[in-house]
Amino acid sequence: MVRNALQRLLQSVLVLLGAALLVFLMLRIIPGNPAAVLMGEHADATVIKRMTEELGLDQPVLVQFFRYIADALRGDFGTSFSLGKPVSELMASAFVNTLILALFASAYAWILGIISGVIAAVKKNSLPDRLFMGASLLGVSMPVFMAAMLLQFFLGYQLKWLPIAGTSDWTGFILPAIALGWNSAGSVARLVRSTLLEILEEDYIDTARAKGRGQMGVLMVHALRNAMLPVITMMAIQLSGMLSGAVITETVFSVNGIGRLAVQAISSRDIPLLQGTVLFSAAIVIIGNYVADSLYNVLDPRIRKEA
Amino acid sequence: MADNTLEIRNLNTSFFTQHGEVRAVNDVSLDVRRAQITGIVGESGCGKSMTARSVMGLVRYPGRIVSGRIRLDGKEITGLSKKEMCSLRGNELSMIFQEPMSSLNPVMKVGKQVEETLRIHQHVTKEEAARRTEEIFREVGISDARSRMACYPHQLSGGLRQRVMIAMAMICKPKLLIADEPTTALDVTVEAQILSLMKRLCEGGTSILLISHNLGVIAQVCDYVYVMYAGRIVEQADTCTLFDHPVHPYTRALLGAASSLRSGAARLETIPGGVPNLLHLPSGCSFSPRCEKCARQCQNEVPQMLPVSGEGHLARCYFANVPEE
Repeated sequence: MVRNALQRLLQSVLVLLGAALLVFLMLRIIPGNPAAVLMGEHADATVIKRMTEELGLDQPVLVQFFRYIADALRGDFGTSFSLGKPVSELMASAFVNTLILALFASAYAWILGIISGVIAAVKKNSLPDRLFMGASLLGVSMPVFMAAMLLQFFLGYQLKWLPIAGTSDWTGFILPAIALGWNSAGSVARLVRSTLLEILEEDYIDTARAKGRGQMGVLMVHALRNAMLPVITMMAIQLSGMLSGAVITETVFSVNGIGRLAVQAISSRDIPLLQGTVLFSAAIVIIGNYVADSLYNVLDPRIRKEA
Repeated sequence: MADNTLEIRNLNTSFFTQHGEVRAVNDVSLDVRRAQITGIVGESGCGKSMTARSVMGLVRYPGRIVSGRIRLDGKEITGLSKKEMCSLRGNELSMIFQEPMSSLNPVMKVGKQVEETLRIHQHVTKEEAARRTEEIFREVGISDARSRMACYPHQLSGGLRQRVMIAMAMICKPKLLIADEPTTALDVTVEAQILSLMKRLCEGGTSILLISHNLGVIAQVCDYVYVMYAGRIVEQADTCTLFDHPVHPYTRALLGAASSLRSGAARLETIPGGVPNLLHLPSGCSFSPRCEKCARQCQNEVPQMLPVSGEGHLARCYFANVPEE
């Protein structure tokens, strides 16, 4: 099992390197010299040339890449063109906001999703089932920006319960967290319901009843753990998605997170910053997948054996 | 103490589907005598498993027990609350199923699953539960009990898994063990081992209700046999009598099909026609459309269980006592 874990870790590192190379190359293919953009429209050719040399942009791409990787390993992702600060510093402070947002959003989404999914499955075709599934359909099919604007309008503008945008204190995180988690609450609820319904038909559920387990015991001890296997994978991937920066939510609610930083980087042609944020997102997604894989291994003994 | 561990009287279990009422168990009365193995034999869909599930209180929606009485050790168990049934199941009344692979929880160690039964019904410490599990594993013939307890179901063979199921069912020393096709998924050598284990349990004082479609299995271990067809019991007798002097045309046809196999006849004897649709049973005897002896009376009215010469031998056929020509 340990060997398997190490093997997958090595794979993850390779995937990350690949992602880094891809990002790097793509940004070099884009026409236009970043140094020229940096120096402004009316800059002198010699100035641009000096800047190009200073940034190392005159070197072959592979040399640039390995230099970048070597620096990145030391925690140095270069300096942002537009903000003039080290990229690592900018990302660290943005990540705090993204982290708070993602944790808020996923905690409420999962609790809501799991509980309503379980109730819907146990009381199949009842009123609560229809209500929850209707709500979750809304959850999975409504785009985030739509939910965000509705929340801003009703809870922020009309009722004035919560700030419309900005994160001057923790209440500012509530609306974006609801908007961001809404979607995953819906998909978790639907997945929990369908897996649980399938599991409740299994023979070992009969066995558990034949043992004398009551409904609650059958559900908690036997059904839920089996039903959670696919759900946990989904949740890990959702969380990594949120942690890698919720571009739309962060932009709509002016949360200074990774997603918003990336958007700023794009609009100001800030290559080091964009490179940093994209690489960071890739790393988070890869870590999320790794964690999901590992959890699956811990939870399902059948997979442990095959590995 | 009653003679019978289990008494079922006029049990009716139906499924209420969109197309109407499916009478899965139709006026079934049967007894399981103390420390004996009683068999129910019949083809798939004849209601034998539903009879067992009715006793366990495990009939799934949209099915339910419509009427009838079930007594366990003289105590009425129909009409017990859910909670009361839970305290019976696994404790005084237990059941093993056909498919030993899918009947065990795949993500739980088998030892834990057996201990669980004990810990639901008796207040025992973890250590005590583990000790008794090891003991019962040995009793049901699982060698290397301690290390097997730490296995997951997929790490064990079919025969071992069924032994685990039996251990789970037996750990609280139930009065009645219901075995629903316990050997169907196993190969013949393992089947023989499991059957001899069941015989040993029975000698130890457990009453067993064995459900099978396999006449060979029934003949090997049962003391008394009920034959079911289309939700009804059509014949009942002790095993020797039933196999030597079957009277109901269905039983005879069933045995005929089996013996034509054994005698190496050129052509397999079969029963013409198919099992009737439980939604639309024939108005008279359910077997009448396939029966060569069928008379007008058979088509109009369901025959009662009539006594046949020989003690405890009953058959649901108007011709039960008409001597063979």
